[in-house]
Amino acid sequence: MLASLNARALVLSLVLLAVFLGLWEAASPKQQLAGELTEYELLMGGAEPKAAVPPPSDVIAKAWEELSNPFYDAGPNDKGIGIQIGYSLYRVLSGYFLAAAIAIPVGFLIGMSPLMYKALDPFIQVLRPISPLAWMPLALFVIQDSQASAIFVIFICSIWPMLINTAFGVAGVRKDWVNVARTHELGPLKTAWIVILPAAAPTILTGMRISIGIAWLVIVAAEMLVGGTGIGYYVWNEWNNLDLTSVVFSILMIGVVGMLLDTAFAYCARLVQYQE
Amino acid sequence: MSKPFLSLQNLTKRFQAPKGGEALTVFENVNLGIEKGEFVCIIGHSGCGKSTILNILAGLDEPTEGAVIMNGKEVSGPSLDRGIVFQNYSLLPWLSALKNVTFAVQARYKSWSKKQVHDHSMKYLEMVGLAGGAELRKPSQLSGGMRQRVSIARAFAIQPELLLLDEPFGALDALTRGSIQDELIRIWSGSDQTVFMITHDVDEAILLADRILLMTNGPYARVAESVQVDIPRPRERANIIHHSDYYDIRNHLVEFLATRSRALAGKQEEGTPSEPSIVRFGAHGVVSDPKDNRKPATSPVE
Repeated sequence: MLASLNARALVLSLVLLAVFLGLWEAASPKQQLAGELTEYELLMGGAEPKAAVPPPSDVIAKAWEELSNPFYDAGPNDKGIGIQIGYSLYRVLSGYFLAAAIAIPVGFLIGMSPLMYKALDPFIQVLRPISPLAWMPLALFVIQDSQASAIFVIFICSIWPMLINTAFGVAGVRKDWVNVARTHELGPLKTAWIVILPAAAPTILTGMRISIGIAWLVIVAAEMLVGGTGIGYYVWNEWNNLDLTSVVFSILMIGVVGMLLDTAFAYCARLVQYQE
Repeated sequence: MSKPFLSLQNLTKRFQAPKGGEALTVFENVNLGIEKGEFVCIIGHSGCGKSTILNILAGLDEPTEGAVIMNGKEVSGPSLDRGIVFQNYSLLPWLSALKNVTFAVQARYKSWSKKQVHDHSMKYLEMVGLAGGAELRKPSQLSGGMRQRVSIARAFAIQPELLLLDEPFGALDALTRGSIQDELIRIWSGSDQTVFMITHDVDEAILLADRILLMTNGPYARVAESVQVDIPRPRERANIIHHSDYYDIRNHLVEFLATRSRALAGKQEEGTPSEPSIVRFGAHGVVSDPKDNRKPATSPVE
């Protein structure tokens, strides 16, 4: 084989994409011309445009149109896709980093102290399985602001994987390395900084990567509920407009942004990875 | 009789048995003195508590009874005065070889500038033959022998009063082991470092040590004999085997490991001397009896 594995995989991906798009295009019902209809069909409304899943050619045309002008703002119900995604990213990242700021120190504490682990474990076990959206009514009532409530929902859904992974990573630091810190008389802060944090970093980053994935899943649902702005609201709004081309386009955009977020965290994870 | 630099007094370690059973006594009433600058090896079968003694000396473990006195002070908790080299190297894998040494030097000499720390670390890395770029590699990119060299450089670089080596060459092949032994002995001769080393290798012990401690099998293990190695230094692997005492010492050690370590094992009756009997070869006569224990075990050999 002359071509590398990557090159062959790329070719296969393109073939699969072409086949998929071709089948989709072929399966989309064509709008019949009025001249071909019988009088009966015309009377029954056969010439009216039928709602159907749009063919890929329409979606690509829509994507071109939206992406060539992503930041226009023509009133509350007509904003560019860039602005909508920007709102969603803002909510996701602020809720996410708020969660990281709490989860990582608390995870350290739980990981280093068996007492804290045992004391906090029941709370974590009860709170963790709660669907983040179940917090929404309570958040709306207490915070009284839909924007902040959406951020809170992101916060609450992304805190658990980071908390548990940090605690797990910190508790699992090899005894040998902790002994290196002890025999070199490193204080608690230096031990945390020189030994524990780098040792646990790959596990912590894995937790952060899981969290950002969950946060991006949840923001779409949260924005469908709170409304106003964001990619989740955009999907729902276009559904209400019966603009299925925009719905399909925004679904694709959600996927692309989620992939980019994951790739960014995978890159960070590689930076802190070490080989034993 | 002056107090030795390091003394182990009635050191005993018991592990609590699960649910009210009788506690497991690993070793009992270990009494030893080690002089400053002495190189002491300890040999015994697995499970006799050698590593536990070393960990207690390091301050990583605590004795059930008894105490360790170093320089007139009781050992409690780990300290930079006692450097350790473990069999598994214990390097931090996310740091380069050089950084693995500099962080230790920085911890030891807090007032030093970055340049001082770097130069001091490099000096010791060069001593063990790591320079010319190898010091910038991560431990995973170094061979086992290289890693152990870094670990030894780190231990010497902090210039501890007592150096503890826990089977440092156990995981290395024979050739690598030989060359690192040579480096170890070279660095040690240039310092007044006191060394306490665990080994399973009889030849290694004779090559390196001033004195070899022999432990009986556990439980209730104890240091039964203290074999003086009076072969003059500098010793070399090639010609040490021609020394007249070499095979006497070697046979004595092998015989101990093969039979006496078992024969002497078990709980001692009250009143038996808890200090090891001193064994000497060559011009100093063969085996001295336990009454000689009043003499310090390391009286200088004229």
